[in-house]
Amino acid sequence: MEQIVFYVFAAVAVGSALLVVLQQRAVYSAFSLIVCFGALAVLYFQLGAALVAALQVIVYAGAIMVLFLFVIMLLDPQAERFGPDRFKKTALAGLPMAAFLAFVLLRVFPAWSPRGSGEPIGSVEGPKRIAHILFQDYLLPFEVTSILILVAILGAVVLVKHRPD
Amino acid sequence: MIGPNHYLFLSAIVFTIGAVGVLTRRNVIIIFMSIELMLNAVNLNLIAFSAHLQDLAGQVFVVFVITVAAAEAAVGLGIVIALFRNRETINMDEIDLMRG
Amino acid sequence: MDLNYAALLPEILLAVAGILLMLAIPVLPSRQQVRLGYAASLALAAALVTALLQWGDHGPAFFGMVSMDALGGAARILFLVSSAAVALISVSYLKRERLRHGEYFPLLLMATVGMSLMAVSADLIMTFLGLEILSISSYVLAGYRRGDPRSNESALKYFLLGAFSTAFMLYGIALLYGAAGSTKYAGIAEAATQGQAETATFLLGLGLLLVGFGFKAALAPLHVWTPDVYQGAPVPITAHLAVGSKAAVLITLLRLLHQVFPASADQWQTLLWIASAATMIIGNVAALTQTDVKRLLAYSSIAHAGYILLGVIANSPRGAQGVLFYLAAYSLMTLGAFAVVQVFARREERFTKLEDFRGIGYRHPLLSVSLTIFLLSLIGIPPTAGFYGKLFLFSAAVEADLVALVILAVLASAVGLYYYLQLIVLMFMKEAASPPEPVPVPLAARIVILLMAAGTLYLGVYPAQVLSIAGEAAGL
Repeated sequence: MEQIVFYVFAAVAVGSALLVVLQQRAVYSAFSLIVCFGALAVLYFQLGAALVAALQVIVYAGAIMVLFLFVIMLLDPQAERFGPDRFKKTALAGLPMAAFLAFVLLRVFPAWSPRGSGEPIGSVEGPKRIAHILFQDYLLPFEVTSILILVAILGAVVLVKHRPD
Repeated sequence: MIGPNHYLFLSAIVFTIGAVGVLTRRNVIIIFMSIELMLNAVNLNLIAFSAHLQDLAGQVFVVFVITVAAAEAAVGLGIVIALFRNRETINMDEIDLMRG
Repeated sequence: MDLNYAALLPEILLAVAGILLMLAIPVLPSRQQVRLGYAASLALAAALVTALLQWGDHGPAFFGMVSMDALGGAARILFLVSSAAVALISVSYLKRERLRHGEYFPLLLMATVGMSLMAVSADLIMTFLGLEILSISSYVLAGYRRGDPRSNESALKYFLLGAFSTAFMLYGIALLYGAAGSTKYAGIAEAATQGQAETATFLLGLGLLLVGFGFKAALAPLHVWTPDVYQGAPVPITAHLAVGSKAAVLITLLRLLHQVFPASADQWQTLLWIASAATMIIGNVAALTQTDVKRLLAYSSIAHAGYILLGVIANSPRGAQGVLFYLAAYSLMTLGAFAVVQVFARREERFTKLEDFRGIGYRHPLLSVSLTIFLLSLIGIPPTAGFYGKLFLFSAAVEADLVALVILAVLASAVGLYYYLQLIVLMFMKEAASPPEPVPVPLAARIVILLMAAGTLYLGVYPAQVLSIAGEAAGL
C-alpha cells in the first residue's frame, strides 16, 4: 500500500512540476504548482510529518499561491510566445542541471549510508512533540521569524503602497 | 519497502526541474514559481532525512523554510509590481536596461 | 542550557528600536519622517555602547542556537559602525532625492540585526534565518527608489538571483543535515571527524553551501549581479551592500569553515583558491574599463573580497586575524569613499561619471582630499589602513604556504593601482570641463567622511591596538 501511494503521488508531483515549467500561461502554471504542493503534502503525511503536511496545504498552497494568483490576475501577463530558439535555450540551460541531477542520483545517494530504521516517526502526536522543541530549543529562530515577516511587510509597503509624491 | 533514497531521488528530480525552469523561462512570475518548486524539493529532502534520522529538527526547519518562502513571495511580488508600474512588462528580455 | 538572553542584548535593543521607528512612521508628517534617521543612528550608537560594555565571551545562549564568543563580539561592532555610518549619510540623501517615507531606517536596523545574528549563530537554521533577514531587507532597500526603472530592475535582478542561490544553499544544508544528523555546528563538526566528511552527500552539501555564500559575498563566478545592483541601488545602500552585508557573509563563512568544516579542509581550500584567484583578477581587470564611479567601486569591492579570501584559505588563527583586521580597514575606506561619492553625486545622482570628478581638487578640497586618502588606502599605500591590512593578510597567507596566490594578489592589486590613480589624477591634474557648481556637504555626511578618514589614517599609523583585538577575536 505504501508503495502505491508513494509512486502515484511521486508521479503526480513530477508531472505537475514539469507542467509548471512548460506551461505558456502563468495561470496554468500556478494551478499545476498547487497540485504539486498537494502531492508533496501527501508524501509528507506518509513520512510522519502530519503538522508540516497541514502547513504545506494551508500556508503554501493556501496563502502563497493565492498571493501569486492575485498578482497574476493584476498584471495579466499575455502568454509567453516561445521563440524559435526555445529548444536550444532549454537544452543549453537544462544540460548543466541534468548533469547535476545525474551526479546526485548516481554518485551521492547510493553512497549515502542509511542509518536508523527509517519507519515514519511521528503519528498523530507529532505536532505535540514539534511544539515542545519549537518553543524550547528553537525559541530564538521562532522569534526571529517574526522579525523576518516584519521586514517582508515593511518591504511590501515600501514597494507597492500608492504614494502621491 | 520505500526507503529514504526514494524520497531523495524524487526531491532531486523536482529540484532540477525547478532549476531548469529558472534558467529557461522569461516570464518573471514563472521564474519565481520555479524557485518555489526548488524550495519544496528541499523541504521534501529535509522531511525524508528527519523521518529517517528519527529527529524532529528537520521538520522544524521546514516550518521556518515555509515562513521564509512566504516572506520572499511577498517581497518578490512587490518588486515585480513596482517594476510593472514603471515598465508595463514582466518579460526578462525586455527588462535588461543596464547591460555590461 | 539556559536562556542567557543577555548575550544578545544589543540585537534585542536594535530590534525594539526598529519596531518603535516603524510605529513612529504613521505618527510623523511625511516631511519629518526622514528625521527617523537620527533616531536610528542613536539606536545604533546605544547598541554599540552596550556591545562594548558587554565585550567578552558569553558562551552559548538561547539553548545553543547562538554562541557569543570574541569573534561574534568583534563582528557585531563592525556591523554597528557600518550601519551607523550608512544611517547618517542616508538622512541627507533621502531628503535630497525626495524619498520622504521613513520605512528606510527600520529596514536598515533589521538588516543589522540579521547581520549580527548570522555572525554569532551556532546552528545552520539560525544562520539561514539571519542571512534571509539581511537579504530580504537588502532586496527592498536596493529597490528603494521606486520611480527609477534602473533601481527597480536592479532590485528584481538581485532578488531573483538571491532567491535562486538561497535554494541551492538550502539544498546543501539539507544534505549536511542528512549526512551529519544534526543542524548544529557542533554536531556537524563532530560527525565530520567521525569519517562522515568523506561521504559524497557531506561534500556535495558543503559545496552547495559554498555556492550560496559565494553568491552573497559576490565571489567570482557568482559576482555578475554586483555591478548592476550597486549602480541601481541608492548610494548609501550600495555602501551597505559593499561593506556591512559582505562583511557579515565573509565572517560567517570564516566561522563555518574554520570551526565546522576543518575535517574537509583540503576540499574547500582548493575550491576557495580558484574563487579567490578568479575574484581578484576579474574584479581588478573589469574595473579598468569602468566610466561610472559606482560601478568602479563595485568591482573594487569584488576584488577586495578576493583578497579577504586569502585569510580564509590560510585556515589558521593568524589568517582569521588578518581577515578581521582587513575587514575593519576595508569598511572604513569603502564607507568613506561612498560617503564622498554620495555627496558629490547631488540630486538624481547626476554626477557619478568619472569625467565629473575632473579638476575638483582645488574647488572642493574636503571631498577630494578625503577621497584621495580612501583611494590610497584601497591601493594599499603605506600611511593608510589598506597597507597594513594587505600586509597582515599576505603574511598570514605566506605562512600557510599560499605563495602562488599571494603573488597573484600582489599582481592583481598592481593592476588596481591604475584605476584608483586614474581618479586621483583626474581630480588634481586635469582642469575642470564644466563650469564650477556648488557641492553642498551636509553636516552628517561631513562627520562621517572626517571620521572614516581619521580611522583610515589611525589604522595606517598605529594598527597594533586593533590588530590585538582582531587577534583576540580570532582566538589567537
